[in-house]
Amino acid sequence: MRILIAFVVLVAVFGLVWLALWSVGYLFRRLLGRAPLSPLVYLLVGLTRNWIRTVLTVMSVAAALFLFVALGGVLDTLKGAIQVGSEQRLITRNGISLVFPLPIAYRERIAAVPGVQTVSYSNWFGGQDPVDPRNFYAQFAVDAETYFPMYASDVEIVQASPPQANVALPPGVDPRLASFMSEQTACVVGEKLLHKMGWKLGQTVTVKGTIYPGTWTFTIRAVYRAKVKSMREETLFFHWNYLNQMGMGGQSFVGVYHLALSQPGRAADIANQVDAMFENSSAATLTETERAFQAGFISMYGNIPFVLRIIGLAVVFAILLVAANTMLMSFRERTTEFGVLKTLGFADGAVFAIVLTEAAVITLGGGLLGALLAKSLAQKLDLPVLPPMRVEWATVYTGVAVAALLGAISALIPAWQAMKLRIVDALRRV
Amino acid sequence: MAIPLSYNVRNILHRPAATITTALGIAFTVAILIGALALASGFQAALLETGSDDNLLLMRKGADSEISSGISRDAANIIRALPDVATGADGHPLVSAEVVVLTNKPRLGQPGSSNVTVRGIDPEALVFRSRVKVVEGRMFEPGAAEIIVGRRIARRFADCAIGDRMRFGQQDFTVVGHFDAGGSSFESEAWGDNKVLMPVFRGDVFQSVTFRMKDPRRFAALKKELESDPRLGVDVHREREFYNDQSGMLATTIRIAGVFIVIIMAVGAVFGAMNTMFAAVSARTREISTLLILGFSPVAVMLSFMAESLVLALLGGVLGCLIALPINGIVTSTTNFSSFSEVAFAFRVTPAAIVTGLIFAAVMGVVGGFLPSLHAARQPLAMSVREL
Repeated sequence: MRILIAFVVLVAVFGLVWLALWSVGYLFRRLLGRAPLSPLVYLLVGLTRNWIRTVLTVMSVAAALFLFVALGGVLDTLKGAIQVGSEQRLITRNGISLVFPLPIAYRERIAAVPGVQTVSYSNWFGGQDPVDPRNFYAQFAVDAETYFPMYASDVEIVQASPPQANVALPPGVDPRLASFMSEQTACVVGEKLLHKMGWKLGQTVTVKGTIYPGTWTFTIRAVYRAKVKSMREETLFFHWNYLNQMGMGGQSFVGVYHLALSQPGRAADIANQVDAMFENSSAATLTETERAFQAGFISMYGNIPFVLRIIGLAVVFAILLVAANTMLMSFRERTTEFGVLKTLGFADGAVFAIVLTEAAVITLGGGLLGALLAKSLAQKLDLPVLPPMRVEWATVYTGVAVAALLGAISALIPAWQAMKLRIVDALRRV
Repeated sequence: MAIPLSYNVRNILHRPAATITTALGIAFTVAILIGALALASGFQAALLETGSDDNLLLMRKGADSEISSGISRDAANIIRALPDVATGADGHPLVSAEVVVLTNKPRLGQPGSSNVTVRGIDPEALVFRSRVKVVEGRMFEPGAAEIIVGRRIARRFADCAIGDRMRFGQQDFTVVGHFDAGGSSFESEAWGDNKVLMPVFRGDVFQSVTFRMKDPRRFAALKKELESDPRLGVDVHREREFYNDQSGMLATTIRIAGVFIVIIMAVGAVFGAMNTMFAAVSARTREISTLLILGFSPVAVMLSFMAESLVLALLGGVLGCLIALPINGIVTSTTNFSSFSEVAFAFRVTPAAIVTGLIFAAVMGVVGGFLPSLHAARQPLAMSVREL
């Protein structure tokens, strides 16, 4: 549905651009009729000479560059996603893979490693929306007492229920979380998730457990906003203790441990020390920086970046052909004109420049249009399989440069022909 | 009277440069479309062929994938003793209670790592999944710390060559063979003996139980019976359906993304085709006038140019199919987030994808040719003849 809307918007935008270019062309033709001939005027006359062709070419280049930049944006997003996450914090998971848990007893032992300041922990809950399982969002059971102080600089509490009783909060916990902290079945949700699901602060939400069987209900007691890119705003956090009591059958397991360090410079040392400690125990661990941990998810996409690059190249090549075809047609039809230009005293170099510039203006115009459209539209796309989409300006510039280059290459042959053209040959064909 | 098609074909051949560039523009668009469809159907085929309709797969109620499921040994034994389970030639019931776990392994040839499924099986699994064949090395010995690895991932991940060791818990497992499973997603897994693997991983619990039905027609009744049995607490799926459902999300995403990309690309290619056709029309102003004067109706002229555009686009479509064909069979892999594990699969250029590509090309031709053809048919006769 969203894609359909995007498509309709795209078609509408193309229609408007068509209209705009057409009116500009029309105006130019009226104005230029009386202007004295100079290379600039000649360029404008050339562009507006066959406005349908110019507009069609501009649009096809725009479509190609839109795609090129949008695909580049997906690559940007993937690349960006491996550079988020703190390098000051470590994540300890089961050495075999993430789906295996770790014993809660590791907590004290990890905390005793020199350089580790605090230890928190979380479990992936993996629940489903009971109404529509495709409404996917993440839920984590966290040790709230340590988790929220550790991530205090990453999230900001924007809405919260008033506390029901005056309870003392553990040190470092945002006072706005008071109500959440004192209620075992409470949860904290991201602002985006709240809007997406149409939830309200204080309401109860139901989640169907897949790893932890049964139907679970949580009450929304606070809403957070993400302050850094590594923290997604579509997550539900609830108390680990609740999960432990209701879902683990007496075996207290932890998904991953989060380690805040007092000496971040020694992160690699500390990671090795933690892993060495558990190497020969029932659950060997793997400790890495939070950034490396998050990059691990992105690397699971495997060959997809490669496939996107191939598509990007195919798009550019296809449009190069379209543009080259247009230039060839346009200038072949104007052989006589170039002969006249040369008769009037335009140098060979000037004719070469005119042809190249005209082509570059067409592709550059299309390139700018497509690239900027991609920057503004594709950025809005929020695909469920990707981190929030982001198109870097560098990708936009690359796209525009590719467009200009496309123009130059596609016009090279006709420009050369026009330059080498002898007046006699050109005018003989009248 | 209609203008003969040979007139258009000759015209197309008369301007080879424009024809080739326009056709190639369409060809690349069609190639990308076929490529995306081949990717999606290859992935789906890998999972679809993974199961059989005659096998039932049982998981804990509510579990959406094998790794989030758990079935106790007692429940597995109850299932083993069901009268509805088929028996093999040696009289053993065809049941496999399986331990399914993921192990994170570095990729070979590209950075990063992903999850590989490790499956502990009963020997009967090899009877009712008869497509699994060891193609290199040998089968694992029952009771030994040995595993065999699917052929498709053996070259894509570290520690998967014959003779390599994988460490799970405190035990080393030796890779003793590679197996083929007809391109199904089993070929992206590592298999071993469940009696050896189970204690290493999660203790006394299986993740799924699969069995061959004695009478596949009893499926509906059996499903109802088993799902309402309080001793089991399981959901019952046909094996094939379960794996097919797991492919749904990713295959749909690939298809939608592919079609989205291709539609935008098509906009570019259609504009290119329009350019070519407009040029063709304006270069033949006199010809068209002559045709009209000779008595061909404007409609015939319009249809003729539409046909020309269509031929041009179909030429591009055929070229596109030729460009896309060589990707058939290329193996690639990605993580299926429904099972959180890596699936290797081959691009599959299906006849349906080719037909879709050709139809798409035809649509591009008709759309791109419409305005120029209209322009040709509505030529002001007096003016164009005067140009003679």
